[in-house]
Amino acid sequence: MKNRSLVSITDFSREEYLQILDRAVEFEKNPNQRILQGKVVATLFFEPSTRTRLSFESAVNRLGGRVIGFSDASSSSTSKGESLKDTILTVSNYSDLIVMRHPIEGSARWASEVASVPVINAGDGANQHPTQCLLDLYTIRQTQGTLENLNIVFVGDLKYGRTVHSLVQALTNFNATFHFVSPTELKLPSSVKIYIKEKKLEYYQYTDINEAIQKADILYMTRIQRERFSDVMEYERVKNSYILNADMLNGTKNNLRILHPLPRVNEISTDVDSSPKAYYFQQALNGVFVRQALMASILGL
Amino acid sequence: MTDQPRKELVVSAIENGTVIDHIPSANVFQVMKILGLDKTENQVLFGTNLISRKYGSKGIIKVRNQFFEDREINKISLVAPNATLIVIKDFNIVEKRQVQVPDKIESMVKCFNPKCITNHEAIPTRFKVVDKEDLRLLCHYCEKITKKENVQFI
Repeated sequence: MKNRSLVSITDFSREEYLQILDRAVEFEKNPNQRILQGKVVATLFFEPSTRTRLSFESAVNRLGGRVIGFSDASSSSTSKGESLKDTILTVSNYSDLIVMRHPIEGSARWASEVASVPVINAGDGANQHPTQCLLDLYTIRQTQGTLENLNIVFVGDLKYGRTVHSLVQALTNFNATFHFVSPTELKLPSSVKIYIKEKKLEYYQYTDINEAIQKADILYMTRIQRERFSDVMEYERVKNSYILNADMLNGTKNNLRILHPLPRVNEISTDVDSSPKAYYFQQALNGVFVRQALMASILGL
Repeated sequence: MTDQPRKELVVSAIENGTVIDHIPSANVFQVMKILGLDKTENQVLFGTNLISRKYGSKGIIKVRNQFFEDREINKISLVAPNATLIVIKDFNIVEKRQVQVPDKIESMVKCFNPKCITNHEAIPTRFKVVDKEDLRLLCHYCEKITKKENVQFI
């Protein structure tokens, strides 16, 4: 992995992911290791994403590295009309690693081709967000003790949710059985189902969350956004059908854990928060450990 | 009826140049545009809706004194996947080859995704051809698919 960029979840192999997850376990036990001393990491956030940026910056700081960068495009020379290529070429001279968030899809791949240092994609529009996927994998393994042979139930906006797409792609490496619960308008796209079919894995589709929830080892909830619907009436009709509340957890498996990429709006009722099956806040914390592991691996440390 | 018999060519023979045969009738003008034949100084002869034993209907283009490189010919495979390229010298066929849909397509087609970086900065587009029959192009950058009906040439 040394000196390689991570742009898309398909860039690394199953073994490489497992290596990063194993490494993250070490950082979870001992988060403060000054192995990045003398290294400079550039965090270029062309659109604001406070949660992701702070997670990366916290990871660098805990490893003793330094951070340079900006947190939105208005404070960069992009606002003067500079091209992404020029910005990346310049920043390559100032840093050992670039972490980039950009609203335009494919920008991270382009940056990785232009930069003389490795690039980590921290989200390129609706395309990829591989470190979110890594932390999801880490959390799943942490709660289940394995990534193999699990029943994963995805709920909500499966059409536009990039975290869902990346995680489905990644889990096809671990013999998962997939259950997709969504309104008909927001079904998983066929471009993602291809990955499941290639590995000859099983998947099932539902419109009623109650049909799938009993089978779940992992329940991965996502937000349904009003603007995704062409028909507002349809949104009003379905919006309350995909809300998880504490009563619905009756009779579910003991090992069930509920994940959510956050921020949550109302798709998980607050009465779920106190359930031992709720795991979305611990999930967010894991982001720092996997990002530490990823950066250390890419920098060859 | 047979393919045009040699003695009664619907489109006249050329002494030197290139014949592009088995073009879908509907796409003859698009092929001409892709190859820049709408702007060439050379003589161009063409026919559309001709009878073809293989495909029912076909188009053909003959260009005097002009020869094409693979890169140019690859472009037409996107609208004429079964086209045959015939190189003519002194009225004789010196080379005949099938146009091939390439595995990768570079700097030819625009990505259909308006949010793709290639539509925002001066970057040569790159696609992997994921379906050669029912043309589907996977963008190397934004990872979205551009379908046959959305293909626009640069």
